[in-house]
Amino acid sequence: MPQIIKKLTQKTETYIFLVLLALSFIIELRSGQFFTSNNLVDLASAMIVPGLFAIGEFMVIVSGGFDVSFPALASLSVYATTSTLLNAGYTGNIWLPILMVVVIGAVLGAFNGFLIAFFELPPFIVTLGTASVFKGIMQGVLASRQLATIPKGMSSFGTSALFIAKNAKSGLTSRMPVAILVLVIVLVLVFLLLYKTMFGRGIYAIGGNASSAFRAGFNVRRIKFFLYVGVGVISSLAGLIRVCMMTQCHPTNMLGMEMMIIAGVVLGGTAISGGAGTLTGCMLGTAMIVIVQNSLILLGVPTFWQECFLGLLILIGTGISATQVMRSTKMGNMKKLRRAE
Amino acid sequence: MAQNVLKVVDIKKSFAGVEALKGVSLEIAPGEIHCLAGENGCGKSTLIKIISGVYEPNSGQIEFSGKVHTKITPIEAIMNGIQVIYQDFSVFPNLSVMENLAFNSELANKHKLVNVKRMRKIAKEAIARINFEVDLDAKVETLSVANKQLVAICRALMFGAKLIIMDEPTTALTRKEVNSLFKIILDLKAQGIATLFVSHKLDEVFEISERFTIIRSGEKIITGNTSELDNKKFTFYMTGREFDDLAFTPKSIVGDPVMEVKDLSLSGYFEDINFSLHKGEILGLTGLLGSGRTELALSLFGMRKADKGTIRIKGKNVVLDSVRSAMENGIGYVPEDRLSEGLFLPRGIGDNVVISEIDSLANRIGVLDKARKQKEIDRWVEELSIATPNPDNACSTLSGGNQQRIVLAKWLSREPDVLILNGPTMGVDIGSKHDIHLILEKLADKGMALIIISDDIPEILSTCSKIMIMKNGRITATLNPKETNTQELSQYMM
Repeated sequence: MPQIIKKLTQKTETYIFLVLLALSFIIELRSGQFFTSNNLVDLASAMIVPGLFAIGEFMVIVSGGFDVSFPALASLSVYATTSTLLNAGYTGNIWLPILMVVVIGAVLGAFNGFLIAFFELPPFIVTLGTASVFKGIMQGVLASRQLATIPKGMSSFGTSALFIAKNAKSGLTSRMPVAILVLVIVLVLVFLLLYKTMFGRGIYAIGGNASSAFRAGFNVRRIKFFLYVGVGVISSLAGLIRVCMMTQCHPTNMLGMEMMIIAGVVLGGTAISGGAGTLTGCMLGTAMIVIVQNSLILLGVPTFWQECFLGLLILIGTGISATQVMRSTKMGNMKKLRRAE
Repeated sequence: MAQNVLKVVDIKKSFAGVEALKGVSLEIAPGEIHCLAGENGCGKSTLIKIISGVYEPNSGQIEFSGKVHTKITPIEAIMNGIQVIYQDFSVFPNLSVMENLAFNSELANKHKLVNVKRMRKIAKEAIARINFEVDLDAKVETLSVANKQLVAICRALMFGAKLIIMDEPTTALTRKEVNSLFKIILDLKAQGIATLFVSHKLDEVFEISERFTIIRSGEKIITGNTSELDNKKFTFYMTGREFDDLAFTPKSIVGDPVMEVKDLSLSGYFEDINFSLHKGEILGLTGLLGSGRTELALSLFGMRKADKGTIRIKGKNVVLDSVRSAMENGIGYVPEDRLSEGLFLPRGIGDNVVISEIDSLANRIGVLDKARKQKEIDRWVEELSIATPNPDNACSTLSGGNQQRIVLAKWLSREPDVLILNGPTMGVDIGSKHDIHLILEKLADKGMALIIISDDIPEILSTCSKIMIMKNGRITATLNPKETNTQELSQYMM
């Protein structure tokens, strides 16, 4: 037992979990609404889209990269899908939209991956550039505008519930969307990919030391390329779910989410320098952001204070990562000193 | 005689028209411990990269166990039993020891899925070969440098290695760790595995290797048995110059001490340090890692104020609580890591030379006097014989030895009474090392008092006029270099 406790105290996830718990109790104390069944279901439902985005960003950061293009990528692929289907008068089920969005997402992700893996350009610059390109294609070539209706198959997928939670006191009800299954499935698949396949270990290995990974025999280019393809697919799925749940397509609605997602991933203990981090931490960090966004409403905090609070969280998140880097360079200096002696 | 593990014949390689290797040949027999030596930039690393398939030679041939290749890929080199242990060990700091050990063979066998059982078995077998005990689940970043190296060695041994090339393997190791590394190299020899040991440290060359090859400016100078080599020949082959290593004798030590230290203590680091230093003396300070010698030096330069005791400079009690106070009292310090601590590498050579006296070159309203600055720069470039076509060039364009001279120039330009040098010739090749020693001796003869902190016992013995040995924060002995030897010094250190 003490062994387990000792192990737990060494994990970043434990601390995030404790902070999360503390935050929840504060909100519960102030509002009495936090631990109600409908609020918890609402939170889970609000986790779906950020959760999917975070999984993709998490993998990229672990590999030592950085992606700021995923909101634009998701917006473009979901807008292209929705408007094409609308124009065609599509009335079928959700599977065709999913297939389309996945294919477009893979192509756009491949564009990122190609530039990053084969031309060895810095991921941050590449994705900053492609984000503008994707946005430009959507707004220019596709002349995007708000689509007030979406195909029936999509809206019914977005609104169908797995179950409905009812708050006994207030009588409020909340639906658990079927789309949460997508998050669960992607989580399980990515978990298996990262920990049970050599491809996944390769992502960690590249994040730890790319030239060592090459010397060990990892196909660094191929891993990076398919990583960005995968992230394109996951992000596009997230975009599709968001549109389905909102039952309308607002093309610029997701843009600007990247900083919040990155903050969640970094808050979850993922090292911004790459190589270290866990999916659990990533999900906990994202949950923290989602809870802050959703639950400050319960406390009656005005929206502009919400922004401020989120900003603070981002600073704390990146601050943690920065001190990590500082600590490791300090250790580097110590090593240098040792060598000198 | 058995078939050679490796034979390279007349290898030539040039980069952008510059010849890095001008026809080098090398032969290594099974189980042989061969040392490849040469000054920085002589072509050692290029040769290794050609042997391991990273670079393609312009001409020449490579034979692995009698099989001739004109061109090889890194994979082919590994398949032929050639393994390189790079200076950074090529490990994954963020992953477990087990994964670090097992990845190569998992990938070579084209396994797509992670099988922890199989990986653990591979890792266990790998560490068993050199009786290395380590927690397989520990992350590699938590291991010591020596253990990281052992992980790299274990990994190299897995592919039926016949020759292990170690690129400057001892740079980051303590003496004890070097000893255990040497033991492992001998174990490997018993298993018939040859080692090509790249180094420019001559004591290591003598200690471990049976045969040696020395390269200078891309040409093989000599191959021979280490038993026929001595200090003087080694230095000559490396540099092409002859040095007389006469021990330093101070010209005249007269008058009152320039620096007197009484009962100086810094809790946790050093205690009751007493010594005095005269003009023209070179005091050598040595001791093991953690003996407190670096902290003592930092205290003398005001970077870590001592808790107790007194420091007298020219008979006057002084408080050294900042670098500025130390400089005002005529103390200079040349740091151990010349690259990170001593120089503004991207700035010009001239700027670096005058930086520590820059305030004295300004006129009354604080504007820099360009003509005076140029005069100072010219004076020091000349005096220290810094090899540069133009003092405006960036410092990073200079070789290690020349960079060290600039750090010296920086401090000398203030004309300190006491100059403290921490590892003045660390990472500098033999030729430059000798030149630096000459400069230091000249400075002492001109009346400066110097303190040299160094691990390099031969250096301490030949350059200093007095040696102080520290252990666990205390001075264990003060010796005259003329009446002592390496063994006695080590005894006081251990």
